[in-house]
Amino acid sequence: MRFIFKTSYDQDIALAKHRGHVFWYGLLVALLFAAPWLVAEYWLSQLTFILIYGIVGLGLMLLAGFTGLFSIGHAAFLGVGAYTEAVLGGMGWPFPLSLACAMGLSAAVGVVVGLPALRVKGIYLGIATLAFGFIVEEVLARWEHVTGGNAGLSVKAVNLFGWKLGSGADFYLLCLVLAIAATLVILNLLRSPTGRAFVAIRDSEISAQSIGIHLARYKSLSFALSAAFTGLGGALYAHKISFLSPDQFGIVQSIDLLLMVVIGGLGSVHGAFLGAAFLIAMPQLIAVGKDFLPPAIGQAAGLQGVVYGAALIGFVLFEPMGLYGRWLKMRTWLQLAPFYRKGLFKRQKSFQKSERLR
Amino acid sequence: MQLIQLLVSGVAQGCIYGLIALGFVLIYKATETVSFAQGDLMMVGAFIGLACMAFLGVPFWLAVPISIAGMAAIGFSTERVVIRPILGEPAFSIVMLTVGIGYVARGLVTMIPAIGTETHVLPVPYKNVTYNAGGLVLAAEQLVVIGVTAALCALLYAVFRYTRVGVAMQAASQNQLAAYYMGIPVRRLNALVWAIAAMVAAIAGLLLAPITFVHANMGFIGLKAFPAAVVGGFGSLPGAIVGGLIIGVVESYAGFFLPEGFKDIAAYVVVLIMLMVKPNGLFGERLRKKV
Repeated sequence: MRFIFKTSYDQDIALAKHRGHVFWYGLLVALLFAAPWLVAEYWLSQLTFILIYGIVGLGLMLLAGFTGLFSIGHAAFLGVGAYTEAVLGGMGWPFPLSLACAMGLSAAVGVVVGLPALRVKGIYLGIATLAFGFIVEEVLARWEHVTGGNAGLSVKAVNLFGWKLGSGADFYLLCLVLAIAATLVILNLLRSPTGRAFVAIRDSEISAQSIGIHLARYKSLSFALSAAFTGLGGALYAHKISFLSPDQFGIVQSIDLLLMVVIGGLGSVHGAFLGAAFLIAMPQLIAVGKDFLPPAIGQAAGLQGVVYGAALIGFVLFEPMGLYGRWLKMRTWLQLAPFYRKGLFKRQKSFQKSERLR
Repeated sequence: MQLIQLLVSGVAQGCIYGLIALGFVLIYKATETVSFAQGDLMMVGAFIGLACMAFLGVPFWLAVPISIAGMAAIGFSTERVVIRPILGEPAFSIVMLTVGIGYVARGLVTMIPAIGTETHVLPVPYKNVTYNAGGLVLAAEQLVVIGVTAALCALLYAVFRYTRVGVAMQAASQNQLAAYYMGIPVRRLNALVWAIAAMVAAIAGLLLAPITFVHANMGFIGLKAFPAAVVGGFGSLPGAIVGGLIIGVVESYAGFFLPEGFKDIAAYVVVLIMLMVKPNGLFGERLRKKV
């Protein structure tokens, strides 16, 4: 067991709580930076996808996991970021500038989508974002002279002041740097007054309001920041996938993103990346598992949907904290062994609270 | 004449939206859960009907009750197995759960070899029958949709208004805890509501099938029923039908008068305007808790 002896208040908000954190996260970052020399190109590409979806997951986690506002149209922000980057990059803008524009435009769209959040709650907000997602997808498909419509739009390689990052390893390192930067921004945000305000709004809007948190401002801010992160992920996604079409940013993608944060673990920064790893690794695992199943099941087209759905149902029923919650339990078991008690993480039974009376 | 023609087809389409929205509203009223699986339940219902008629050779009039009863069983057991253990958790968990149910339903239907990935035509007896009434061309499919929806609404109204079970359901939907104290078996009622919602979904599926086709992704039409439910007010049964009709008619006119592409998003534009103007919907209840 580890006892942390606190000698100053700064320790309460320090990013690394103890030496173990420094060591293990340092090792993880070192391994990730060394990955281009350690793993094959295919796995590097999958790792890049995990990082990109991780950034998107951070955005959605900020909104859904930390502010308690659920967006069923988050793929729209992904699309706005991706198309902005593709169009500006195509016009020869340097990467940092076009990336900033992609994030800015996504954030602006985020504020617009967030407007209904000031008036409606719960499922109504979900449907407002769902509607917005459909409208953005339709705009992407119909605004043909900019987005190329349903015919698609091909994306040029990253142009970092004349240095072309075409190959897998260079682009992977770029994604890694941006993912680490995004994680640090989120972690710092969450220990700042703004982040605390978000969490307060999630836990109870009424009490947040009563301690002087301006709901409208913070909800808009949350939407804007979340959309900006998603736009950043979208810009990287555009370069990685290098061919955009509107149907990549439809409702299925939005639900996949939600599935990602729920399976990863709502309300944890780790969850964004764990969920991304699940989302990317699952098709691979299914492909491996196919060989062991009878062909009638293994070769069927719907297998992936069934596995995703079953995983989602399983996590909601048995592990509401997601993969990160499972990891927490395992870690606690190891730390406390042999004194782990079964009821340590027992869920509190609660009566159903009516949403109509709020 | 053109306008009336469009109106009729819009109303028929709107009835389908309304029926799916009715399923949402039933479940929402009783259990405060928004079921994203409603469209997929409809798809499963249509497939059961298809399996009975096209593959087992059951006549139409027998296939309809079979698929409705089958869906009732599926709805009942879904509630019992996955929804009940999680009742009282945050609403969002249950929403994700129903998303998962939708995924599984769609995947399982797709996995049926040689059937799940195809599009099928449901061989109903009134297929391709049209009536000519004073210059109007009325397809029998559309008339059946409108008629059945009206009958179903009357039936549901009567159940909720005059039967003991219906009144108990109303009580449970207004305040679960108080209903418990009054000795109403709330859990059993919840299961019953899921069964009714699945039955309504099966009817919607069987009505929609002759107009479009039966395929694994037909459940996505459920996403257009959400706007219908919101426009009518999420907690109101007549509101669901009215909302569905509004969405259907607006869509029908938008497809004719506005440029291509507006038809697909008309429903969502309507719902966004509705949320800005009147967030509680047309027939929504306005309850507020004072702190």
